[in-house]
Amino acid sequence: MISNAFFLALREIRNNLMRAGLTTLGIVIGVAAVISMVTLGSGASVSVTSDIASMGRNLLILIPGQRKPGTLNAASPFDSDDAHVIAREISGLAAVAPAISRSAVVVAGNKNRTTSVTGSSNDFFVAREWNVTLGRNFSLTEERSGKSVCILGQTVRKELFGTQDPIGARMRVDKISCEVIGVLESKGQSTFGSDQDDYVIMPLKAVQRRLAGNTDVNMIWISVRDASYTDRAKGDIERLMRERRHIVPGASDDFQVNDMQEVTRMVESTTAILTAFLSAVAAVSLLVGGIGIMNIMLVSVTERTREIGIRLAIGARERDVLLQFLIEAVVMSALGGLIGITIGLAGSAIAAAALELPFVFEPGIVALAVVFSAAVGVGFGYFPARRAARLDPIEALRHE
Amino acid sequence: MAGQPLIELRGVTKIYGSGEAAVAALAGIDLTIRDGEFVAVMGPSGSGKSTAMNILGCLDTPTSGQYYFRGTDVGSLSRDQRALLRRYYIGFVFQGFNLLKRTTAIENLELPLIYRGVPQAERQARARDALAKVGLADRAGHSASELSGGQQQRVAIARALVTDPSVMFADEPTGNLDSARSHEIMELLASLNAERGLTIVLVTHEDDIAAYAKRRIRFRDGRIESDSAAVIA
Repeated sequence: MISNAFFLALREIRNNLMRAGLTTLGIVIGVAAVISMVTLGSGASVSVTSDIASMGRNLLILIPGQRKPGTLNAASPFDSDDAHVIAREISGLAAVAPAISRSAVVVAGNKNRTTSVTGSSNDFFVAREWNVTLGRNFSLTEERSGKSVCILGQTVRKELFGTQDPIGARMRVDKISCEVIGVLESKGQSTFGSDQDDYVIMPLKAVQRRLAGNTDVNMIWISVRDASYTDRAKGDIERLMRERRHIVPGASDDFQVNDMQEVTRMVESTTAILTAFLSAVAAVSLLVGGIGIMNIMLVSVTERTREIGIRLAIGARERDVLLQFLIEAVVMSALGGLIGITIGLAGSAIAAAALELPFVFEPGIVALAVVFSAAVGVGFGYFPARRAARLDPIEALRHE
Repeated sequence: MAGQPLIELRGVTKIYGSGEAAVAALAGIDLTIRDGEFVAVMGPSGSGKSTAMNILGCLDTPTSGQYYFRGTDVGSLSRDQRALLRRYYIGFVFQGFNLLKRTTAIENLELPLIYRGVPQAERQARARDALAKVGLADRAGHSASELSGGQQQRVAIARALVTDPSVMFADEPTGNLDSARSHEIMELLASLNAERGLTIVLVTHEDDIAAYAKRRIRFRDGRIESDSAAVIA
C-alpha cells in the first residue's frame, strides 16, 4: 500500500511539475532566507566579539580625565611612576605598560607616511596580545636608556619598505633617526573601521625625550592575569590613583579605568539585537514562503478535490488518497528543504567571504527552518486533501 | 450464487434536506438487475435517475430501504468497504469523463489497477489491451487534455473495462458528445454487452441512445413509471 501510494505521489508530482515546482519554491525561499540571515548575523556577532578579544583580553585602560559631555579634558597626565606604583602595589597583574602616543611623519628612502607613534615598553605587547613576528622586542638597555629603535606595524612596513627586509634599516621619525628592530603581526581592521596596523612603537623614554620633550604618560595599558579578577583590579587601581592624585572623598575622579569586558558586553548585546532583528526578517521570509505554499495549495484545491473524487470513485479508500497526498507533501517539502539548505548555506558562505565575516554554521536554525517549512507544506497539502477525501465521492466529483 | 440477482433494490428512498425543505429524490424504488443485462434508465431531469445511479454505484447511500449487491446489504458496509466494492466489482463512465487531466491515457487506465495491487508489467499489458479495445492504441502517450471529447470518453470506458468489473455504470455517457460520436460510443457499449456479457446500466434521457439497451426503465418523480422487463415477466 505504501509503495503504491509512493508511486502515485511521484507520478502526480511529475504530471504537475508547475504546481509542484511552485510549492517547492515557497519552501526553498523560506529555508534559504532564514539560514542565510541567521548565519550572516551570527558571523557578524562572532566577528565583532573576536575583534574585541584581539584588543587584549582582561585589559584595563587607564586614561586621565573623564569622558563626559560638558567637561574639559584638562586633567593632568600620568607619569612613569604611576605605572611603577600600580605594578608594585596591585597584585594579579600580568603587564603594566605606560604609553604615550602622538602623530608623526615617518620617512624611509623617498617614501613617507603620517602615522601614530607610541612610546611604551615590552609590556605593551603583552597587554595587547600583539606579537613581534619579524626581528625582536626592545632590550632592557634600550627601554632604560630610551634608545632610538622602532618596531613597525604591518601597514607602515608595507608603505615604507615594500617587499624589502626592514630589519636593521634606518628611518626618520619626525626629526630623529631610528633603527628598525622588529615588525608586528597584522591585526587588521578594528570593529570600528580603523587600521590597527598603522603604528610605530618605540621605547617610552625615546618618545618622551626626543619627540614630546616631557615625561608625560597619557595612557596606561594594564593586563589582568585572570578575567575573574578584572573587577577587583579595577577597584584597586581606582583607589590607588585617587590617593596618588590627591582627590578628596566626594570629589569625582579625574581619570578613567576602561574595562574591555564592558565594551565586550555592550557589543555582544548590540549584536544580539542585530541577530534578533535578522531573525525577525527571516521569520517574515518564512511566513512569506509559507503563504506562497498556502496559495498554490488553495488554488489547486478545486482541481484536486475532483481528482480525489475520481480516485474514490474508481476504488481508492480515504486512507489510500491521504497517504498519497501526505507523501506528495513530504517529498516536496523535503526536496524544498534540501535545496533551501544548499542555497542558504552556499549563499551565506559567499556573502560571508565578500563581507569578510566568519562563516558560522547554526544547525539549530537549519533544523528550525526546515521543520517549519515542512510543517507548512505538509499542513496545507494534507489538510485540504483530508477534507476532500472525507466527502462522498459524488460530492467531490461535483466540486466546482 | 446461481440465480442470485446482481443488484436488488427494496423500497429505496433518498431524501435531501430535512424538515419542510426535504425533497424526496427517490420515493421507494424496487428493482432487480441480473448478470448480463443492458439496462437504460430514462426519465426527465429531476426524476431521480441519477440519484438511483449513484446509489447503485455505491457512490451514495440510501436514506431508507435495502440495496443488495450480490446478496450483500450495501447499507451495512463501511465507507472503506464500499470503496473496495467499487474497486473490485464496479466500473464507472461519467458524463464529464472524469479523467485525470495532465495524466496520459495509459496512466489513467493503470490507476484502478494500481489500487487493486496489480504488478506493473501485467498492469501495463492490461491497460494497452483495454485501450486497443476502444480503438485508441495509438493515443496511449497523450494526456487526457490533449484528446477530443469522444476520445476521452473512450478512455473512460476503457478505464471502466480494464478491471473486468461485474457491472458498468454509465451516467449520461453521450451527454457531452455530438450525435455521430454518441452512436460510436453506444455501439461500443452494445458490443461489450453482446460479446463479453458485461452488465451495463446506462442513464440517459434520449430515446435513440436508450434504444441500444435491451431493457428500459423510465423514472418519474422518484418512482419507476415503467419497466420494459416487467411487461415480459
